[in-house]
Amino acid sequence: MSPLSRREFVGAGIAAGAGLVIGFYLPHGKNARVESFSPNAYLRIAPDNKITIVVARSEMGQGVRTALPMILAEELEADWKQIEIEQAGASTLFGDQTTGGSASIRTTWDPMRKAGAIAREMLISAAALTWGVPRSSCTAESGRIKHTASNRSLSYGELASKAGTLPIPADVPLKQGKDYKIVGQRLRRVDSPAKVTGGAVFGIDLRLPGMKYAVLSRCPVIGGKVSSFDDKDSKKVQGVSYVGKIGDSAVAVVADSVWGAMEGRRVLNVSWDEGPNKDLNTAAIIAGLKQAESKKGVNLYSAGEPAKASGRRITAEYSLPFMAHAPMEPGNCTADYRGTTCDLWAPTQVPQDCRDSVATAVGLDPDQVKVNVTLMGGGFGRRLEHDYAVESALVSKAIQAPVKVIWTREDDMRSSTYRPASLHQLSATLDSSGFPVGLTHRIIAPSISGQKGQPVPNGVDPDLPDEAGPVYGIPNYLIEYVQTETPVPLGWMRSVYALQAGFALESFIDELAFAAGKDPMKYRLQLLSKDQELTYFTTVWHTARMRSALQMAAEKSGWDKPPGPGHFRGVACFGCFQSYMAEVVEISMENDQPRVHRVVAVVDCGQVVNPSIVEQQIQGGIVYGLANALRAKITVEKGRVVQGNFDDYAPLRMEETPTVEVYAVPSQEAPTGIGEPSVPPLAPALCNAIYAATKKRIRALPILNS
Amino acid sequence: MADITLRINGSEKKVSVSPETPLLWVLRDTLQLTGTKFGCGAGLCGACTVHMEGAAIRSCSTPVSQVAGKSLTTIEGLAANGLHPLQQAWIDEEVPQCGYCQTGQIMSAAALLAKTPNPTDEQITQAMNGNLCRCGTYERIRKAIHRAAGNGGAR
Repeated sequence: MSPLSRREFVGAGIAAGAGLVIGFYLPHGKNARVESFSPNAYLRIAPDNKITIVVARSEMGQGVRTALPMILAEELEADWKQIEIEQAGASTLFGDQTTGGSASIRTTWDPMRKAGAIAREMLISAAALTWGVPRSSCTAESGRIKHTASNRSLSYGELASKAGTLPIPADVPLKQGKDYKIVGQRLRRVDSPAKVTGGAVFGIDLRLPGMKYAVLSRCPVIGGKVSSFDDKDSKKVQGVSYVGKIGDSAVAVVADSVWGAMEGRRVLNVSWDEGPNKDLNTAAIIAGLKQAESKKGVNLYSAGEPAKASGRRITAEYSLPFMAHAPMEPGNCTADYRGTTCDLWAPTQVPQDCRDSVATAVGLDPDQVKVNVTLMGGGFGRRLEHDYAVESALVSKAIQAPVKVIWTREDDMRSSTYRPASLHQLSATLDSSGFPVGLTHRIIAPSISGQKGQPVPNGVDPDLPDEAGPVYGIPNYLIEYVQTETPVPLGWMRSVYALQAGFALESFIDELAFAAGKDPMKYRLQLLSKDQELTYFTTVWHTARMRSALQMAAEKSGWDKPPGPGHFRGVACFGCFQSYMAEVVEISMENDQPRVHRVVAVVDCGQVVNPSIVEQQIQGGIVYGLANALRAKITVEKGRVVQGNFDDYAPLRMEETPTVEVYAVPSQEAPTGIGEPSVPPLAPALCNAIYAATKKRIRALPILNS
Repeated sequence: MADITLRINGSEKKVSVSPETPLLWVLRDTLQLTGTKFGCGAGLCGACTVHMEGAAIRSCSTPVSQVAGKSLTTIEGLAANGLHPLQQAWIDEEVPQCGYCQTGQIMSAAALLAKTPNPTDEQITQAMNGNLCRCGTYERIRKAIHRAAGNGGAR
């Protein structure tokens, strides 16, 4: 069945969380493949007992190719060893395939469970009909339907054809958490073997017959354009076959090797129209944030009236710089434009956006663009942009041949999108025992979506509802967002605004604790001591769940016992992407710089699907967060991004990596985000530890810049 | 352009490329050995690590002319049969996340174990500090090296 004919069968949808609707196609029509049982787009069971589960999110290291199939396999009562995984490309069958916002598990938990349960129930029906026995006497187990009374069993493959003739049930029972056999297990990732042998194919590794390679010279000044170019020297470089303008702001050099294209670009002479940002610098941008403080923003969260609270008043201001995602695999995409079709092989978090943007760029219908999703060498939000895909399609169209566009590290650092710089104004009113009766957090930052021309409903950047909510049930509590503008291209970077909001709030809470002369852990636990439900947009935050996570962090870190000589601790807790996270950081100071020895991290992310992957995400998020906190900073001078490679924008190395102990609060609540929640508490916990060590309060990141 | 003979993974390969071409691109584009990765192009991240005469080198910053006639090993040739103990340890410790840097990490670790069969934490840090991982897998990398060392990773 071709993808197009499948679309004709898109039938009844099942509703899942967050308004996601999964289109199911019906396999019983005249075009259906009779040999395979496929009650929905996520699953195929072949008569030879091959069971294929389709993953409609992109694998960038976060484990979706393992974890999402585990959810379906659980309800299917499959034998995990039998399962084969297939990566979906851009499709109309799966709803929004955007991979981001720590959303893959939480938004597919219901659809994947239902997809598996529907198949299981239909296989049971097929077996019952085959044997002429009641359904209730049949059970599903490890890839077989069993009839214990007569000691008969049939494999799913043997039942596939018959199951395919049965009606799809609308309502199916879902398993109880206590009966899970796959969900919750430390199953090995399906993608590891290929990743250790060099056999894994990332976007950059893909090769098509007759494929050329291209690198682009992009205007070094933000928003600048090509005036003219001289390609005489470029064309002398061995293998260079084409030099031409791509869009308004770039010139592509095409060759028969990457090195040839890079060499061709090195000697390319481009005159740039530097445009309106040629004098832009970061200092002015930061000053612009400060100037916006008089603007009235929009209330994200409002309880009581903080302005009327009386008591001791404390204020502080925090700021964060622009940051770059810097995934290990530089940007790339392979395109094959053929007049009426364009096929892409894209390492992308947004296959559907790539499809639509490429269609517009090269003048095709979206149906004529096929997006194959490759493995990604990291994403962190950088691959939520479709720029690589559009460039590769435009170059392929220009040269009428398949081409791979590759970005260098410097391209990635200087022509990227960046985490927005932000300013945070916090004020609190403390009662006589030193606890806040009023708290105001003003977030002054540009809107990522707003800059991209996407909706900012009622002045609320659409990311903020997942990322900047209240942690504590303070009676008078206001969170306000003041939207600003910047010409610096903005992107969604791992944990997005939660990084900024969490840093500011949890640094400030620490300031309040010290102002009150109280232990910062006990202070937070006291603030969380009352069970409260804090409704923030569509999320209800439970103080009890945060308290449990924090309490566990206190126990596991041994907070009540003093750290070793010369060691100091800091704590922070924050909730984002519907998960609760508490972290305790232990440091010593060496030459006025913090050395992080140990991080204890506790998460409440509801039901854990795969504990090993949860651990990976938290360990990784903390390493990412530590690099952000210590030195991640993108600056702009004369309209140009200053940093270029891993020397002046330095990720964390092994020598700086602490031991990270990960604990999950046992839970059978529906699973919530795991890719990002560990990032935000790290910076404030670290800065709070530095305060404990030095009595110096860090209010501007990065730390090594302060 | 020059004809250069390379000894890679136990066999001879003749390539015709300009002599200053970094070994990385000859491996990836000419010989289609794409397990060796491009990360920074400046010897800063280690994703392109291969062995020359058993020592770890950064192929992105090594002109192909410099390695003519030298014995080279890439991730594809690290284990003659099956998996190198480090590759198995990487799977057992569930090291890879995105996996992009891991082939370079394994090559650095293999060069370490070849010389230092039972490395200390300090020796591991020293050998691995040039290999970046943005997914933050360092702790599991360390465990995997210890595990492979315990299982005869030096071979």
